[in-house]
Amino acid sequence: METTKVIDKEKSIWNILETVCDPEIPVLSIIDLGIIRAVAFNEATNMVELTITPTYTGCPAIDMIGAQIRMALAEAGFHQVKIQQILSPAWTTDWMTESGKQKLLAYGIAPPVASNFNQVYLEDLEIACPNCGATNTKLVSEFGSTACKALFQCKDCLEPFDYFKCH
Amino acid sequence: MLQQSTSKLISEDQQIQYLLHLADNALILSHRNSQWCGHGPILEQDIALTNIALDQLGQARNLYQYAALLITEKTGIPTTEDQLAYLRDVGEFKNCLIAEIPNGDWGQTVLRNFLMGSYQFFLYQELQQIATGQLKSIADKSIKEITYHVRWSADWVVRLGDGTTESHTRMEQALELLWSYTGEMLEPSDYEQELIGTQSTYIKAAWEAKIAAVLAEAKLDHPKNDWMQSGGKKGIHTEHLGYLLAEMQFLQRAYPGLDW
Repeated sequence: METTKVIDKEKSIWNILETVCDPEIPVLSIIDLGIIRAVAFNEATNMVELTITPTYTGCPAIDMIGAQIRMALAEAGFHQVKIQQILSPAWTTDWMTESGKQKLLAYGIAPPVASNFNQVYLEDLEIACPNCGATNTKLVSEFGSTACKALFQCKDCLEPFDYFKCH
Repeated sequence: MLQQSTSKLISEDQQIQYLLHLADNALILSHRNSQWCGHGPILEQDIALTNIALDQLGQARNLYQYAALLITEKTGIPTTEDQLAYLRDVGEFKNCLIAEIPNGDWGQTVLRNFLMGSYQFFLYQELQQIATGQLKSIADKSIKEITYHVRWSADWVVRLGDGTTESHTRMEQALELLWSYTGEMLEPSDYEQELIGTQSTYIKAAWEAKIAAVLAEAKLDHPKNDWMQSGGKKGIHTEHLGYLLAEMQFLQRAYPGLDW
């Protein structure tokens, strides 16, 4: 009985976290990004214990994400929250959800195409333009508006666009 | 200034010295790269270099945080990453000299990043294997970013080295200037011996092979001089580091303890 209650609480915490968005790419939830690595609810202390991993070491969004998590959980009545940050295993775009990738595309950012970090040769990747769908695109810069993205341009419709790099 | 007992611990504890050395390398290189912000030759590359600087700053923060935690545990004096970055003076910084010399032109900047980034790549690859705990975690995380940095800087070295007469000449001059600063990275100091001493021969060979391959592709003659500068790892720096710290540490010196 107790275990079921804890599991229910943890499920509702996951649902709340689904409403917390990445401040830089607001169409993605932090669940879509795959940065929440564990959720535990300690019934004895009423404490929510989260394990979170940054996308990039210098990512300035991580502190803001922590604050947003605390606010969202507090609104739902969880006032005691412990957030532990871990670096290893290192975050990878493989942890991004399928629905997250679809949301990125609809937002105008080409989602990561390769499934592991070894395939980083950006010039060799066939990246479809999020605007017109053409694969006749070229790499402009390995770093786009943020470290996690590269800049591409479509040679058909000429639209410049961000590509979310495999990491 | 750091508290006396903290400075004393740092001067005696090789593990903390090693962490600070890695952190200082990342921070000083990051700071130099960040000086390009708003001055890059084209917008996309300005953004690329500032993104790289941000990664390096993040790596430095992870290392300072870990060192601060160890110092706090060992001395009982609460110590923070900011104190380690902003309250140590020139002689206490352990970065390699190559990180602190001025940026020069774009060619010199990308070449420095290539020479240092390649070293960091092979070093962190080894640390992933031989380090444990938080240092291994930091290596696991950092190497993914450094992989992109080296691809970017190597690409530029080739583009400029094998570019116009002007860009080729500038790269030759940059290589001439930077080469004598490369040896220090590859010679382990006393506080590096325990962890990577046995691996240093491998790291050096891997670095040399990588550099030789890219210089050949860039049609740049491999430098022949083998006299090398040193001192940075021991806190003996060029005059440039003092000016860099004067700017970087100004806020904490003028308003001690100020927070965002």
